[in-house]
Amino acid sequence: MASMQSQAQYVLRTVEERGVRFVQLWFTDVLGRHKAFHVTPAELEDALDQGMTFDGSAIDGFSRTTESDLLARPDLTTFQLLPWHEPGAGVARVFCDIVNIDGTPFEGCPRQRLRHVLDDARAQGFTFFVAPEVEYFYLADLDPSRGPVPLDHGSYFDLLADDTASQLRRRTVLTLEEMGIGVEHAQHEDAPGQHEIDLRYTDALTMADTMMTVRHVVKELARQAGVAASFMPKPFVGVQGSGLHTHLSLWRDERNAFIGEHTYGLSDLAEKFIAGLVRHAPEITAITNQWVNSYKRLVPGGEAPVGAAWARYDTDALVRVPSVKPGRIDSTRVEYRSPDPAANPYLAFAVVLAAGLRGVMGNYALPAEGERTAALPQSLAQAVDLMENSSLMKETLGSHLVEWFLRNKRAEWEAYRGQVTPFELERYLPLL
Amino acid sequence: MTIDVVLCVPSCEGPVRKAFDVTGVSPAVAASARLNEIAALEPAKGFAGAVINAAALPFSEAMSLCRQLRQRERAVEPIILLLDHYQLDDLTFREDLFDDFVVGPFDVSELATRLRHRLRRAGNESVAARIEHGELSMNLETYQASIAGRVMDLTYMEYELLRFLATNPNRVFTRQTLLSRVWGYEYYGGARTVDVHVRRLRAKLGEEYAHLIQTVRSVGYRFGAPDEYDV
Repeated sequence: MASMQSQAQYVLRTVEERGVRFVQLWFTDVLGRHKAFHVTPAELEDALDQGMTFDGSAIDGFSRTTESDLLARPDLTTFQLLPWHEPGAGVARVFCDIVNIDGTPFEGCPRQRLRHVLDDARAQGFTFFVAPEVEYFYLADLDPSRGPVPLDHGSYFDLLADDTASQLRRRTVLTLEEMGIGVEHAQHEDAPGQHEIDLRYTDALTMADTMMTVRHVVKELARQAGVAASFMPKPFVGVQGSGLHTHLSLWRDERNAFIGEHTYGLSDLAEKFIAGLVRHAPEITAITNQWVNSYKRLVPGGEAPVGAAWARYDTDALVRVPSVKPGRIDSTRVEYRSPDPAANPYLAFAVVLAAGLRGVMGNYALPAEGERTAALPQSLAQAVDLMENSSLMKETLGSHLVEWFLRNKRAEWEAYRGQVTPFELERYLPLL
Repeated sequence: MTIDVVLCVPSCEGPVRKAFDVTGVSPAVAASARLNEIAALEPAKGFAGAVINAAALPFSEAMSLCRQLRQRERAVEPIILLLDHYQLDDLTFREDLFDDFVVGPFDVSELATRLRHRLRRAGNESVAARIEHGELSMNLETYQASIAGRVMDLTYMEYELLRFLATNPNRVFTRQTLLSRVWGYEYYGGARTVDVHVRRLRAKLGEEYAHLIQTVRSVGYRFGAPDEYDV
């Protein structure tokens, strides 16, 4: 059975045997940006034992008024060699939880926030599975001055001649598989240069870790090929953006609790969960779509939701109930379609679960299929206001996270508000 | 010079066989405790030690065999006794006849650990804790697993799951059993955690060897070659 000691021994022996030169201790700030310490094997034992002390005031969302010292404590079950480094000069990674110096969970740590929500769900007998579809663009480079240039000119499901982008996507999938990340399938998406990797379901914490890994691997392999990848939600005007359609299911007593006798084979519980998602969607959107640019994707006609509604077939719906293949009843699930891949996956999965569970606990009635009960926020400013008034968000994320997030996002909006855009110049300069 | 044949009396089945498998030591099985029969089995370089299952023999015969093995010119060491708990009292004043003992019901990993430990103390350096199964090789001391000579990058839980399955080949385990035997600590996925890890392991084993972990429909998983149970 797994004890901390044997896990640590496993990590230390593997580092020794495989010639690992660096271990990266991974964590994320509140916005889901990837952070890491790099430790040498000589320092590793201490780091595993006691965690790494660092000054949190330099990290977005970690600063506090009183004291800023925090500990990054490795979660040894996540130790993994990074396969693209050369043998003999290996690099491994391990995810960390951020704790206060006294060992209590740090309230600004997104990973532990998700744990907290998952623990609540577990106390009610639920386990929560997620399977996201990750969309992104391969671009020639990331130079903002000349605008993004897509790496290919394919479209939905196009099988192109073996170009750089297809090769990259294939290498990425193989690398992910090598790291034990299950990929259901990968394909060319609708827009030029746009690709999609659909991940096999796991529990939400593992999947949030996986999302961090996927973003890193996609970008790293693109960089190695001399090109670039971006998870920016809407890099091109008039072309659909990149989403993170997320398939969700709740299990209880090792059974899929979404399976039932109601319409589309859903259970009463599934309907309440959907009702919770639909009702609370506006207030959680600040987390699932956290950038100014996110709201350029959530526009009519972009195959992205603009209102809170559920449906089976409508690709503009916020919540979709996918068809289940005959004999595959266990794959009964709902798909939440507003998130984008630039969200913080820990917080996004936490708020989505909390919204659904609120519907279950509160016995929410499911609106009629296709009925739009509310609009989704049209801008980051609106989303932030909705978040501020949400008791669900405060309970789910805690006041530290909410307050910091509101402050940070309002500052982003203020910076954006003062911009004069090409749209305005082209339209108004000759006219006014 | 190393010797890796250990005498095993009077049979080598169940957990005893598995302990030998895990240890990577080959047993020379003698069905009776008669010395001449045992001598016929002895390799040129002698036995590396003996595992004597006193629970499966008349107790006096087991003790007499121990004494004879000790008194030989080339003594057999270590001698590990397997006992029923009610035989414990009979060991009094016979402590010189054996080096270690294990009380039943026998646990594979305890037996394997003691066997390895005693062999090593007796100077048998080559006894590495190792599981071999076809192209799969797991070194339990360095925590490294390789398939067809290719080293696998496993996370800790993947390693532990593979080790558990490979230690118990051809046995079907339910997800719940695997959870309690391999995890037994905080995890978020319920029994589906097992499915997720099996999928990861299969991906890391590669297409050619993914079949080493069989899905036994509506039951669980089994390690080994496919057979009629599979769908």
